[in-house]
Amino acid sequence: MTRDGQNQAIKASQQASRMLHCNRISSWLTFVTQQLPTPRKHSMSDKATLAKKRPEFRNINAFSDLPSYRLPAAGWVSILHRVSGVLMFALMPFVIWMFDTSISSEISYARFTSAFSVGLLGLPGMVWKLLALALMWAYLHHFLAGVRHLRMDISHDAVTKASGTNTARVVLTLSLALTAVLGAKLFGLY
Amino acid sequence: MAVNYGSKRIVVGAHYGMRDWLAQRVTAVLMALFTVVVLAQVLISSGPITYDTWSGIFAPQAMKTLTFAVIMAMLYHVWVGMRDVFMDYIKPVILRLVLQVFAIVWLIACGGWAIQVLWRF
Repeated sequence: MTRDGQNQAIKASQQASRMLHCNRISSWLTFVTQQLPTPRKHSMSDKATLAKKRPEFRNINAFSDLPSYRLPAAGWVSILHRVSGVLMFALMPFVIWMFDTSISSEISYARFTSAFSVGLLGLPGMVWKLLALALMWAYLHHFLAGVRHLRMDISHDAVTKASGTNTARVVLTLSLALTAVLGAKLFGLY
Repeated sequence: MAVNYGSKRIVVGAHYGMRDWLAQRVTAVLMALFTVVVLAQVLISSGPITYDTWSGIFAPQAMKTLTFAVIMAMLYHVWVGMRDVFMDYIKPVILRLVLQVFAIVWLIACGGWAIQVLWRF
């Protein structure tokens, strides 16, 4: 054995005996980290004086967590874009029924208009008007939010934080205002 | 052409989802233009909207063809959107599959009805 080899063997046996002493992997990890030159700013006793750890949500509950969330304007536009889309998906047969009856013949046209005055399927006309109003809002919101989205795809100015907030407010306001105007017409206010 | 289906289908990395992303925008633009076309014709018509005014808008063959294209665009657009919604909120695979199949059946059924209405009158 060379001298170097002897030294290495001694080192290894020393380390092995220390590891045996430590006995467990976790203890060995502690042993290794203690050898590292990283400065340790906080000892265990300092931890209590540190700022309270912020809550971390890994699995958001739709019923207990979401209602307490405060969304920015752009967040509202985003989620309502989805809500309006799903709503129109669900009401698609109603839309096609309106297309069918309004366009097929004079007689079916009369059936179309009477659904909103007399009613249909045992539901009063008011219910069908409210459904139509919901569809109007959904279409307007989806349309305007979509135009905002398309503009964001082609313009870097549109994706700044300030611009995003502004256009989101425009979408929310305009869709509600237009829904109000059309709704007033639907319910015969003018 | 490179194989991009079956076990060789690329489902990760750059450009994955590009086709649906672009289709979502192209179909949106088409539907937006259609909205403007229909709305403009309703607004320039004089007097109260009767059956004749309303059905007259969809009477020309050109308008029927455009409406047909818009119906197809809408089906694709809604499919991409609903698929996104299902992928984001529905985690159990079996439930997601059932809902996706339901969405496809729902859309094709609605599409068939709409196209029948369009060319029947």
